[in-house]
Amino acid sequence: MSRLMPLFGFLMLVALFAFGIWWNTQHDQNAIPSPLLNKAAPAFNLPKLYEPDTTVSKADLLGKPYLLNVFASWCIECGVEHPVLEAEGPTLGVLLVGYNYKDTPADAKRWLGEHGNPYKLLIADESGHTAIDFGVYGAPESFLIDAKGVIRYKHIGPLTPEVVANELKPAIASMLKEAP
Amino acid sequence: MMSLFGRNAPCARTLFTSATHKGIRAQGALLQVVFAAMLALAGVVHAQAIEPMPFANHAQELRFQQLTRQLRCPMCQNETLADSNAPIARDLRNQIFQLMQQGKSDEQIKQYLVARYSDYVLYDPPLQPSTWLLWFGPLLILLGGAAVVVIAIRKRNRSGDATTEAQTGNGDDW
Repeated sequence: MSRLMPLFGFLMLVALFAFGIWWNTQHDQNAIPSPLLNKAAPAFNLPKLYEPDTTVSKADLLGKPYLLNVFASWCIECGVEHPVLEAEGPTLGVLLVGYNYKDTPADAKRWLGEHGNPYKLLIADESGHTAIDFGVYGAPESFLIDAKGVIRYKHIGPLTPEVVANELKPAIASMLKEAP
Repeated sequence: MMSLFGRNAPCARTLFTSATHKGIRAQGALLQVVFAAMLALAGVVHAQAIEPMPFANHAQELRFQQLTRQLRCPMCQNETLADSNAPIARDLRNQIFQLMQQGKSDEQIKQYLVARYSDYVLYDPPLQPSTWLLWFGPLLILLGGAAVVVIAIRKRNRSGDATTEAQTGNGDDW
């Protein structure tokens, strides 16, 4: 029996490492759980991309739920996400707001010209300063914000058809059921 | 179709995880080229991560360096804010600098970042129920090991007195 102990120890390590490998395939190592979830979204006041003289604030958007999608022309995975937004945007049932992050307006407009513009409203955060309040650390990121201005759901990384179907749409449904 | 680059290009960590996440297909050769380029550029990148800032005095500069070394870059999670060249790390360094100019303490600055980026930004995790295993796990393992050793020694001592010679004699003792 005691001669088998090293073997048991070895098998336990194998089980532990196998669990670790499995766990890492199930979870995105880089996704940081947002402490802002189910809390009021930070206040912001940012210019519109196409009308830089007009600003949009958090107060302006209160009363209707919206999906705030952080994107940039320099962000490669935003190009992966874009067709999904184009296809799913109109079916979401919430306003799709584009948040242009650390980009020059000229680059952003050229990028939207090439890829298409699924957004109903576009705001620009050239310095990325406001994004820090949202806990944004890259693009793409998406925030679902309800009519009261509370962040209900956050996705880090590109929205894929699977994420939209399995996470985003159920989150929107439960939000709309609560406050129609 | 996923890109080789993660959400942000200048980040070794993202490069690596996105490649493993999405399955290493024909990306091996490309990865090698990328890693070679990164190795070659490592010195340059490190130099770029520290940009001059208008510190009021040397003490403040030292405090800034010490603080940014204790904080983790949310984008490149294996790098400190001081070392990272990711755009967000640069923005957060600037933000920390501004908060220091406003007279905020180190603790207030950490709270500011934790409120936005969660405990992940702290290299020194706080002691709370969710981190008990992290803090006391090694102690538990050490105690478990000690218990095994004590039991083994006692067993050997009890049966040992009469048969020690025989045991060592037949080469059973490993």
